[in-house]
Amino acid sequence: MITYVIKRCLLAIPTLLAISMIGFVIIQLPEGDFLDRKIQELEEMYGDSSSIARIDELRERYGLDRPMWRQYVSWISGFVVGDFGESFEYEQEVNQLIWDRLAFTVLIALGALLFTYAVAIPIGIYSATHQYRLSDNVLSFISFIGMSMPGFLLALALLVFVFEIYRIPLFGLFSSEYEGAPWTWDKLVDFLKHLWIPVIVVGINGTAGLMRIMRGNLLDVLGQPFVQTARAKGLKESVVVIKHAARIAINPLITILGMSLPNILSGATIVAIVLGLPTVGPLLLRALVAEDIYLAGTLLMMFSLLLIIGNILADVALAWADPRIRYE
Amino acid sequence: MTTTTVDQAEAVRDSGYLSYRALIWRRFRKNRMGIAAALILSSFYLVAIFAGFFSPYDHNEIRIQVRHLPPQELHFDWSGGFYVYGLTSAQNPVTLELEYETDQARRYPVRFLSRDGGGNFRLVHSEGPMYLLGTDRMGRDLLSRMIHGARVSLTVGIIGVFLSLILGSVLGTLSGYFGGWIDHALQRVVEILASFPPIPLWMALGAALPAGWTSIETYLGITIILSIISWGGLAREVRGKVLVFREQDYTTAARSAGAGHWYIISRHLLPGCYSHIIVVATLAIPGMILGETALSFLGLGIRPPMTSWGVLLEEAQRVTVLLNHPWLLFPAAPVLVVVIAFNFLGDALRDAADPYS
Repeated sequence: MITYVIKRCLLAIPTLLAISMIGFVIIQLPEGDFLDRKIQELEEMYGDSSSIARIDELRERYGLDRPMWRQYVSWISGFVVGDFGESFEYEQEVNQLIWDRLAFTVLIALGALLFTYAVAIPIGIYSATHQYRLSDNVLSFISFIGMSMPGFLLALALLVFVFEIYRIPLFGLFSSEYEGAPWTWDKLVDFLKHLWIPVIVVGINGTAGLMRIMRGNLLDVLGQPFVQTARAKGLKESVVVIKHAARIAINPLITILGMSLPNILSGATIVAIVLGLPTVGPLLLRALVAEDIYLAGTLLMMFSLLLIIGNILADVALAWADPRIRYE
Repeated sequence: MTTTTVDQAEAVRDSGYLSYRALIWRRFRKNRMGIAAALILSSFYLVAIFAGFFSPYDHNEIRIQVRHLPPQELHFDWSGGFYVYGLTSAQNPVTLELEYETDQARRYPVRFLSRDGGGNFRLVHSEGPMYLLGTDRMGRDLLSRMIHGARVSLTVGIIGVFLSLILGSVLGTLSGYFGGWIDHALQRVVEILASFPPIPLWMALGAALPAGWTSIETYLGITIILSIISWGGLAREVRGKVLVFREQDYTTAARSAGAGHWYIISRHLLPGCYSHIIVVATLAIPGMILGETALSFLGLGIRPPMTSWGVLLEEAQRVTVLLNHPWLLFPAAPVLVVVIAFNFLGDALRDAADPYS
């Protein structure tokens, strides 16, 4: 098992390297660089750009005068040892900017995953055991709508809805008085009060899809001979369904765990922009538009890293849940 | 002797023999949700094609005196048919927003199937303020803008899927048929693509579209961006199918009879994948429509003056705007309906595509 995990981690290295190269090139595709954008912006606002007269000096300091491959090499060699370069826009180390936001992102993603599985599995089991009854049809219809509902539209609708009823703008992860304050018990409570909304909004898509899969899997398993045997033994129907059938039907869902991660991270990106959450999404959008290359590149890498780690964890979880699976 | 052949044909029909296509159609017809979805989608596409006829106003005409006008009601009485009331407006001294009141003294009739002032033939039209879904910040009719936006939103998915279909099935077939290093290289590329979360990658690519591009160039750029991620999955599935068909007896027979690679691929391998490819394509379209909506919503996709449902929603992005003018959220409705319909259609096709099960 451990050798398998190590092997997977080693295999991830060339993938990450390729991702970093592709990502870096894509980020630099727009014409001009960060300083060109800045000058243009200042000229539009104030009519002149003399406030950054030391353009050449800045360009040299940021390394923007060097060819792209040199910029890439210096960035990636720093990346390996945890030095992600400097954000031009924020005039800060990327390191200082991203960790809080990454933590919130992971928290929301994990919360959404938890929500997805906690809701989808019971409903899927219920739907399968009540196949083609009215309740199953209603649930199926709702799940189809849920599958089609993009998170950011749901977030927008929720914003309007909550404002119409409670007259409070639903925004961010903290109430204004706790913004930037040190962590206290009250702040934590306030945080949890805000957290459930993005978690549900991000999770709803996956929940609907997962419910369908759980329903299908369980229906397949319920038709198998060993379920009949269990029933013939005189076991209670609830024991047959939960202990014998659902136990097997859940396995494919663990594989999907790894695959649902890209969707959750993707969905969370836009939902965060709509709801103004302090996560990676809004930061990435601004970094991309401003051509803040090291910040944008680091964030793209972090996204991919999260995905790869999630996939490895999902495979490990599968091996743990299903003793028939062996990784040799 | 014609009668016997007819009899034979009927006998064949009675014995339950139907062609593959007839079987698919027969099974698809039974799925009421699938039929309903197909009908809804065709009506959406019809409206998009004849956008000029179906939209009540010119979608680009700016009327600053009715900016941010809430949706207006349609009234009816037996003598004059449908009509709308006139409006009076006053500027709120604090918010500087225009506030409207209906002026019941003035009535404007609603005309059907007639020419408007500009000589355009329209389904419904009125000289008065018949803004059924309200107007945007420049006083443009939201309903007309949505109808015109449908052109971009509905075609972006089709073209995007078409591109990824070509790329996916060609590369998937090559990968499965020839194997070896081609297979290895392609599988690596697909894996790397799958390691990017789609929306951040789309955002990065969307930001890379040059600002100087024309609307059409941007539109094509967006379709290419959208197809970049989905071809990988399709290539994998086609490869899997081809790997199976390659080992079938009929393929071996064709090869031993001296058939070339191209003949085997086009006559024996690809046809087996068709139904599967169509299903995957139908199910990929909603993702692309949502992708375009999301990108345009973030300001990284389609750019004005071209409109799409995502562009219209971009205005609803700022919370203050949204809370004061919630009708700007209307363009979300067709997005949802179309995406749901495509999902139902894809599901029905998937069930029907395997008629022997």
